[in-house]
Amino acid sequence: MAEIVIKNVRKEFGDFVAVKESSFTIEDGEFFMLLGPSGCGKTTTLRMIAGLELPTSGEIFLDGEEIGQRPPSQRDIAFVFQMFALYPHMNVYKNLSYPLVSQGMPRAQVRAKVDEVTTILGIKDILKKPVGGLSGGDRQRVALGRAIVREPKAFMMDEPLGALDAEFREHMAEELRALHDRMGATTVYVTHDQLEAMQMGDKIVVMNNAVVEQFGKPQDIYDMPASMFVADFIGSPSMNFLNLNGKVEPGDTEIHLNNQRMSVPTLREGASGDLVFGVRPEHIHLSSDGDYRGRVLATEYLGTTQIVTLDTPNGEIKARIASDQPASVGETVGLGFNGQTVTLFDKASGRALRSELNEGVLAHG
Amino acid sequence: MSAFSITEPSQRSKWVAGSLVIVYALITMIPLAWIMLTGFKSPSDAISYPPKVVFEPTLEGYVNLFTTRTRQTQDFLDANPPQNWADEIVREYDMVIVGPSKFGERFLNSVIIGFGSTFLSIFLGTLAAYAFSRFKIPLADDLLFFILSTRMMPPIAVAIPIFLMYRNLGLSDTHLGMILLYTAVNISLAVWLLKGFIDEIPREYEEAALIDGYTRFQAFYKVVLPQAATGIASTAIFCLIFAWNEYAFAVLLTSATAQTAPPFIPTIIGVGGLDWPAVAAGATIFLLPVMIFTILLRKHLLRGITFGAVRK
Repeated sequence: MAEIVIKNVRKEFGDFVAVKESSFTIEDGEFFMLLGPSGCGKTTTLRMIAGLELPTSGEIFLDGEEIGQRPPSQRDIAFVFQMFALYPHMNVYKNLSYPLVSQGMPRAQVRAKVDEVTTILGIKDILKKPVGGLSGGDRQRVALGRAIVREPKAFMMDEPLGALDAEFREHMAEELRALHDRMGATTVYVTHDQLEAMQMGDKIVVMNNAVVEQFGKPQDIYDMPASMFVADFIGSPSMNFLNLNGKVEPGDTEIHLNNQRMSVPTLREGASGDLVFGVRPEHIHLSSDGDYRGRVLATEYLGTTQIVTLDTPNGEIKARIASDQPASVGETVGLGFNGQTVTLFDKASGRALRSELNEGVLAHG
Repeated sequence: MSAFSITEPSQRSKWVAGSLVIVYALITMIPLAWIMLTGFKSPSDAISYPPKVVFEPTLEGYVNLFTTRTRQTQDFLDANPPQNWADEIVREYDMVIVGPSKFGERFLNSVIIGFGSTFLSIFLGTLAAYAFSRFKIPLADDLLFFILSTRMMPPIAVAIPIFLMYRNLGLSDTHLGMILLYTAVNISLAVWLLKGFIDEIPREYEEAALIDGYTRFQAFYKVVLPQAATGIASTAIFCLIFAWNEYAFAVLLTSATAQTAPPFIPTIIGVGGLDWPAVAAGATIFLLPVMIFTILLRKHLLRGITFGAVRK
């Protein structure tokens, strides 16, 4: 259907900069997630693609055509709003047919299209109902239906599951992903929920403070975060940060953490001063021996795994270990880190140091 | 002990509240009921003391309201028998009907000016309110305050400048002049009320319409207006009531052509003694359009007043 290229797009509201020069590419048929905390500029970016906001500067290409300054009606992009925004004075059928009526489509054809969409979404039996009395899920389906009925080049979705309760959200997320796989339409999806982003997205853009922090596949972003913000934002519990002060050179494969040598992926760049040793909770092992030790502060039982909070010489960390492995509060245990998964960060800039592990990912991020 | 909840009023408080409302309604309705009754009384019944609640109804007041009559000699009356029931009523006073009164014409003026200015106020007010609500307008707050400030003095305070201005512009005693005047007074109310209503309508509805391929104006017309119907209806009632009832400017600025009903009705008193039944009949008929309009829009009005209190 469509490839979307965002090039140096910037948006200001008066003195406030909502989005700083951002660039990324959404490939044809991708399910693309815009992820970030509230106020990071992700919704503004989405609205700029849809044409509800016009960029202050920069370009947006849809299938090679520059559309940055066009009104939404000339972009052929559909939008699913967080609060659904179904037309409250119309019934389901009218809501679904409204985008087609604006194109001047003949009545019979409109009927056929709506019929097709309601079959896909399983909402045939509510066509005559006013939208006011519908359940959250049905409203969501009607909102989706209104978006897909005119077969646009791309879909924009602004936290479409945010208004649903937790239980139903999961179900709807699956339905949405299945719908996307079936239609293969380029979809841009805004969320602040990192789990949702990882679960549904082909690719993720992580935004913070109006800036694109990282852009890539969910697993790449999880395993090789480009910044401390991304490392912290993605994953639950988030990545552990162990503070250290030292100097590293390109080619180093070890660093010193509280006088213990820890292996790291071969570094491609050097740095000195305050550094951060970042390790995911599941890459920490607890053992009775080991020279680097920590004291267990708390344990949380999660079924198959447990989260153990430990006090170490370099700060508090959380480890995810099998729930059958013993760990009791107050005990001091040895800690091992899976060296090949570690990311080093420069503390002042928050940026990840390039290494054997992440150089491929950071190159385009 | 019966079950009760904090939010649901008890039977007793419902009963008390209900009775209070009924008592209040009765008290406010007594003058109206009295006017309506007086319209069907004979002049002597109308001024009798103690006041008569039970009386023999007559249409004399209505006949006097709608006709002009003249006293005739007995010879003339004998030579010309009454033509219809209205003639018979005036014969009792040795009079004959010589033509319609000005009341119909004045009433029509009221309708033209009242509804005309209401329509114009709502039309302009909705557009302005939408602009204030949705677009970034330089000095929007100051402009809104300025619009409101036109209501900070009684309109009659500017009667003399307006009188002079209208005389020079040739707007005195014209329908257009009165429509413009009432619109000028009502527009501030309309803009403020409607802005409140439009603010309550989520922008997403229009944005959805824009995405669905409609222009900004189509989105306004097809999506915002139906949503604002409640607010528009209640604002229209307020505007109509003001324009319909306005007396002071009407006395000052209208006479032969554009005179509305309010300044006309008191002039009935002067014709052939204090004709209270005719005045009461005029007042009753004058009340009807606003009453009908309000009853038609009652559902909207009630929703309109409480609109926005609870977010749906």
